[in-house]
Amino acid sequence: MSNDEKPRIGVYICHCGENIAGAVDVKAVAEFAKTLPDVVVVRDYLFMCSDPGQELIKQDIRDGLVNRVVVAACTPRTHEPIFRKACEDAGLNKYYFEMANIRDQCSWAHWHEKEKATEKAKAIVAAAVAKARLLEPLEDRYIELTKEVMVIGGGIAGIFAALDLANAGFKVHLVEKSPSIGGNMAKLDKTFPTNDCSACILTPLMVEVANHPNINLLTYSEVESVEGSVGNFKVKVRKKQTYVDWDKCTGCGACLDVCPPKARVPDEFNEGMSLRGAIYIPFPQAVPKKAVVDMDACIKCGGRDFSGKEPRLSKSGKPILAPCEKVCPTGAADRTPYRDPNGELVELNVGAIIVATGYKVMDKHHFKEFAPEHPNVITAMQMERLISATGPSEGKLIKPSEIPKLLEAKKKGEKVEVEKPHTITFISCVGSRDNRYHTYCSRVCCMYMLKQAMILKEKYPDLDIYIFFIDVRTPGKDFDEYYMRCRQLGIKIIKGRAGGIQPLPDDRLLVKGYDAEIGKPVEVVTDIAVLATAIEPNPTLKELARTLGINVGAEGFLKERHTKLYPVDTMTEGIFIAGCAQGPKDIPDSVAQAKAAAASAMSLLDPGKMTVEPLISEVNKEKCTGCGICVPLCPYGAISLVECEDGKKKSEINPALCKGCGVCTAACPSKAITLHGFTYDQVLAQIKTIARWPEIPAE
Amino acid sequence: MSQAQAEVAEKKNEEWEPNILVIACNWCTYQAADMAGSLRYSYPPTCKVVRVPCSGRVEPEFVIEALLNGADGVLIGGCHPGDCHYKEGNYKALRRFEWLKKIVEELGIEPERVRLEWIAGSEGLKFAEVMKEFDATIRKLGPNPLKKV
Repeated sequence: MSNDEKPRIGVYICHCGENIAGAVDVKAVAEFAKTLPDVVVVRDYLFMCSDPGQELIKQDIRDGLVNRVVVAACTPRTHEPIFRKACEDAGLNKYYFEMANIRDQCSWAHWHEKEKATEKAKAIVAAAVAKARLLEPLEDRYIELTKEVMVIGGGIAGIFAALDLANAGFKVHLVEKSPSIGGNMAKLDKTFPTNDCSACILTPLMVEVANHPNINLLTYSEVESVEGSVGNFKVKVRKKQTYVDWDKCTGCGACLDVCPPKARVPDEFNEGMSLRGAIYIPFPQAVPKKAVVDMDACIKCGGRDFSGKEPRLSKSGKPILAPCEKVCPTGAADRTPYRDPNGELVELNVGAIIVATGYKVMDKHHFKEFAPEHPNVITAMQMERLISATGPSEGKLIKPSEIPKLLEAKKKGEKVEVEKPHTITFISCVGSRDNRYHTYCSRVCCMYMLKQAMILKEKYPDLDIYIFFIDVRTPGKDFDEYYMRCRQLGIKIIKGRAGGIQPLPDDRLLVKGYDAEIGKPVEVVTDIAVLATAIEPNPTLKELARTLGINVGAEGFLKERHTKLYPVDTMTEGIFIAGCAQGPKDIPDSVAQAKAAAASAMSLLDPGKMTVEPLISEVNKEKCTGCGICVPLCPYGAISLVECEDGKKKSEINPALCKGCGVCTAACPSKAITLHGFTYDQVLAQIKTIARWPEIPAE
Repeated sequence: MSQAQAEVAEKKNEEWEPNILVIACNWCTYQAADMAGSLRYSYPPTCKVVRVPCSGRVEPEFVIEALLNGADGVLIGGCHPGDCHYKEGNYKALRRFEWLKKIVEELGIEPERVRLEWIAGSEGLKFAEVMKEFDATIRKLGPNPLKKV
């Protein structure tokens, strides 16, 4: 089909069932469309995107009736590719297609103003036709895809995404910011609804990741910058300085105990319920099991600070070493060689990226009403550590206020009597479903409270356990049965909100709440109060999203391309999301999403090349004066001034680098740059049509 | 103005519906407009959207042409600063907009008729609120003085 053939436009108006036709008089819009310049066919159909709907368009193209297509339906963000494909299948250049958004931006928004909605729909169709008259045929471009994937985050979601990809033969770079993979799941004691132990199902997977020939594990590392686009991302990853020679470290743990008390800080793995040294291994089952030095905590014993100095000598002529390097059997903790505090920068080339950075739980100190300073008011994650065999009390249930005493005695090798709780009270929705903090439901709290209560009750049948619920939400597979089991065990469920906690003089706590079933305030005296604090996105997620160029939603979680249809895709092609970075979810859902993200990355990269839309900018060399205004404006460095045959310098755009933003097009004083798909004439025609509405401009 | 004339003018004003053009970037404000619809947040049907890839694509001429051709108000919608899909197109839009406002004033048009807003893809409610507010502003200003009678 030649370019200069006169446009014969077909306008196809969708009812979208009742979604459009319920507010917009489709027949009236169709009648109106017939009066628009160059329109030769107008049809309407119940569902234009369905097979028979698409066939209407294809038939008109095949019959030679139309050579430009306008579909008035939903949003081009989801349906433009579908209709473009239909045009292409029928033999029309797919860029001879334009969409009029009369559902999302018209019928849905103006449902109760039917007349005005119909008028607006006409204006939208007129603007689309105005643009369609000026469309140009374009040819797709192809790009080569790098068959490597970066997975950010080494929790359960990142681990599964990495393993699935690696098993399919893709090279995976797994980037984790802490020294070990495992994420939050490694902190959990048992997991609902089967109560299998978290470590038993997680640690073998961690080992598999570390040993997989296709996985390059980059722990204690963070993504610093990302350039490029789908198929060819250039990533810079900062490997943070560990201050321990990992080639030599065997993870024996000799250094952990000798780190002096002054350098001890709250242990992140035990949620601050115990202390760790400045040199530490995050937890006994860490992968890789290597020590790192936390420089903010290190007191640099003997002046040993990694600046490259030889050790000072004592009076007896022996070198003065820090305790950790002294006990290290392999010399991994040696502090004599200079170590760059900035660590090392690693450059990666990947075709796709999966973001699985997980979550954090809200700190209890936000909630002044629940006596957060009291040591026996703990978060559910702290309770998890308290009942875990790898926790501060090695799984024995004691009052959290007794932990320092227990640890002190253990260090001295003495036995000590510690107080055990008789009553435990759980409080749900702390920070979730609360307008002051987060309006969303954190989705896992009901189940983990029931789990912790069940584990405790089974182990200590004499315990009195109360749970304050606003609602009990157990909608997963086998979840409600789990809840019923808890009730049968004698766990007391109070339906109502707990409003506050008051510490009593005898070190116990008074929980004040409201029982909605009896319609009265209730009070519970308890030894431990457990707050089911909300799940939040990691604090650095926003920054990472900016680096990657993906969106975050109002609550700070990553935004998927489409809630239902593209739940693991983002608006940036080639970047996928999985796990709690996308929103609160439990382990089964995180794993399912991780596997979905891995499968999406595979189907994207496996063909080795992909088509990309040719909607990019181009310089008309005849019009270009070589002023160079556009060169520094380009955010991708795609424009350069090159010498032409006539000796003059003119702008040139590298099509491989151009992303089609149109900043240069808008800035060019000689109108020498065209942004294909959004040319000056096309956009102006739409604007004029709307500005002059209801008059239709002739040209 | 005689009382009769004033009454006629007032009646005319009552019948008058503003015509508002929204030039929206594909990645944020256009998505927010879709979101407003899918969440059924209603806003005045006077607002009509034209899609561009980026607020940085908007030529000041587009806005001037819209006003010369009779639009009563023009709103440019982009991503929040720092969130531009194309890194920094919205900053370019901001710089052009400051300059554009001066031109609009020189043309004898109230600068309130042109507006630049950052509306993220998730901010469907904000899109609807901004449209309501802008529609009210334009109604207060009355028809575009340049509109050919």
